[in-house]
Amino acid sequence: MQLRSVSPQLNSEGELHHLLSIEGLPRPLIERILTTADGFIAVGTREVKSVPLLRGRSVFNLFFENSTRTRTTFEIAAKRLSADVYNLNIAASSTAKGESLLDTIDNLTAMQADIFVVRHSQGGAPYLIARHLAPHVHVVNAGDGRHAHPTQALLDLYTIRHYKGAFEPLSVAIVGDILNSRVARSDIHALLTMGVSDLRAVGPLTLLPTGLEELGVRVHTRLEEGIRNADVIVMLRLQNERMRGALLPSAQEYFRNYGLTTQALGHAKPDCIVMHPGPMNRGVEIDSTVADGPHSVILPQVSFGIAVRMAVLSMVASSQRAEFR
Amino acid sequence: MLDLDAEAIYFELVRRVRERIVGRSPRLVGVHTGGVWLAERLRADLHIEPEVGILDVSFYRDDFSQSGLSRGVRPSRIPFDVEGADILLVDDVLNTGRTVRAAMNELFDYGRPERIDLAVLIDRGGRELPVSTTLVGRTIEVPADVSVVLSRDDDRRLHLRLEEDAGS
Repeated sequence: MQLRSVSPQLNSEGELHHLLSIEGLPRPLIERILTTADGFIAVGTREVKSVPLLRGRSVFNLFFENSTRTRTTFEIAAKRLSADVYNLNIAASSTAKGESLLDTIDNLTAMQADIFVVRHSQGGAPYLIARHLAPHVHVVNAGDGRHAHPTQALLDLYTIRHYKGAFEPLSVAIVGDILNSRVARSDIHALLTMGVSDLRAVGPLTLLPTGLEELGVRVHTRLEEGIRNADVIVMLRLQNERMRGALLPSAQEYFRNYGLTTQALGHAKPDCIVMHPGPMNRGVEIDSTVADGPHSVILPQVSFGIAVRMAVLSMVASSQRAEFR
Repeated sequence: MLDLDAEAIYFELVRRVRERIVGRSPRLVGVHTGGVWLAERLRADLHIEPEVGILDVSFYRDDFSQSGLSRGVRPSRIPFDVEGADILLVDDVLNTGRTVRAAMNELFDYGRPERIDLAVLIDRGGRELPVSTTLVGRTIEVPADVSVVLSRDDDRRLHLRLEEDAGS
């Protein structure tokens, strides 16, 4: 019971009940998610790519903010678990007619929803939903505002573990708009929890949040320094509105200073991997020769994302009865 | 108290399997974890060439709603084409038959086998599904609240013990 008050995403037995953020997830639980994903990777290589685990369960994809890749991979993940999947077109739904978020949730729960996969432009929206739900219904955060994108961080961990093995000895550089990125926030918590010894945040001062050093993250404003001898480089998407918001002079200048080119990559370790959560802005944060080059693991990230989301969905669904055991 | 000499029981199982597979070359598939140990031993003792397959039936169990996903899920690995294969499925203890059902369902998602035989070290009765086999090391009777647990020591010798289930 104490655990529940510490982290609203764990049940009284410390199992994953909702997935809201990486913060509050103990390392053994993260490791269990990654190991469970290994099992689903094996399933994905078969002719029949689905398992009957979530037969009869209903998964509702509630995307209040646009996303193609994340919604699609969640949909594929749920379908490969044999769940019934419903994609709600929020823009054309009752929310647009003025219905409140929690009224929408109540109505869908009355339609026997078991799991909500939620993306929302407001940070904390999945928490609000989680607090409101009946104990047998679960929420998975698919990205909330600038706050968190936990399944992206988990698939990033999975990718790093796949190519690099142990986390402790690695130098990992996260490059770009750290300030506004929920991916960066979740990645930083995830990598620190897994014991990465050298974690760096790289970007222009205007896009770096304060307080990173206190977390144990080294801050760099020059790309070459920031990625020197790195084992892993995580590139972030530069959102167009940052340019309009006058935080940056222009895309061209950003590319000159922070765009990852083959030449810049020469400063990292020769066997360095390059990741990107997508969608990429070629010629803004990453050069095509790098995006399509031998160091890029951007497409494997997408495939791993399905297995990791299958692991998360099956684990939260699995905590269903634990509350009442 | 039952005397369960796992090694002696295993050799009885080997004898029965050897008789059964005369003229055939089945592919071995072990159910995680005990079944995999047995399949590996059988492969060596019966001089079966190819690598054994490994099944973790966690994703196929019918008690997911009651007990959730097991904690130690491992990837299944079937290193051969199941389509048309002659398969010897191996598990340590046959009880309700639910694990065997799950294992067969999983195998069929890899392809349609020509044939599946089942070999188990211990048949402890208590069937809840129509599953049966004659490839059994030993048939025993134990109360429902007792588990039959197979273990393997550093020298790869097998051991069996009875454990009373916690909370019962």
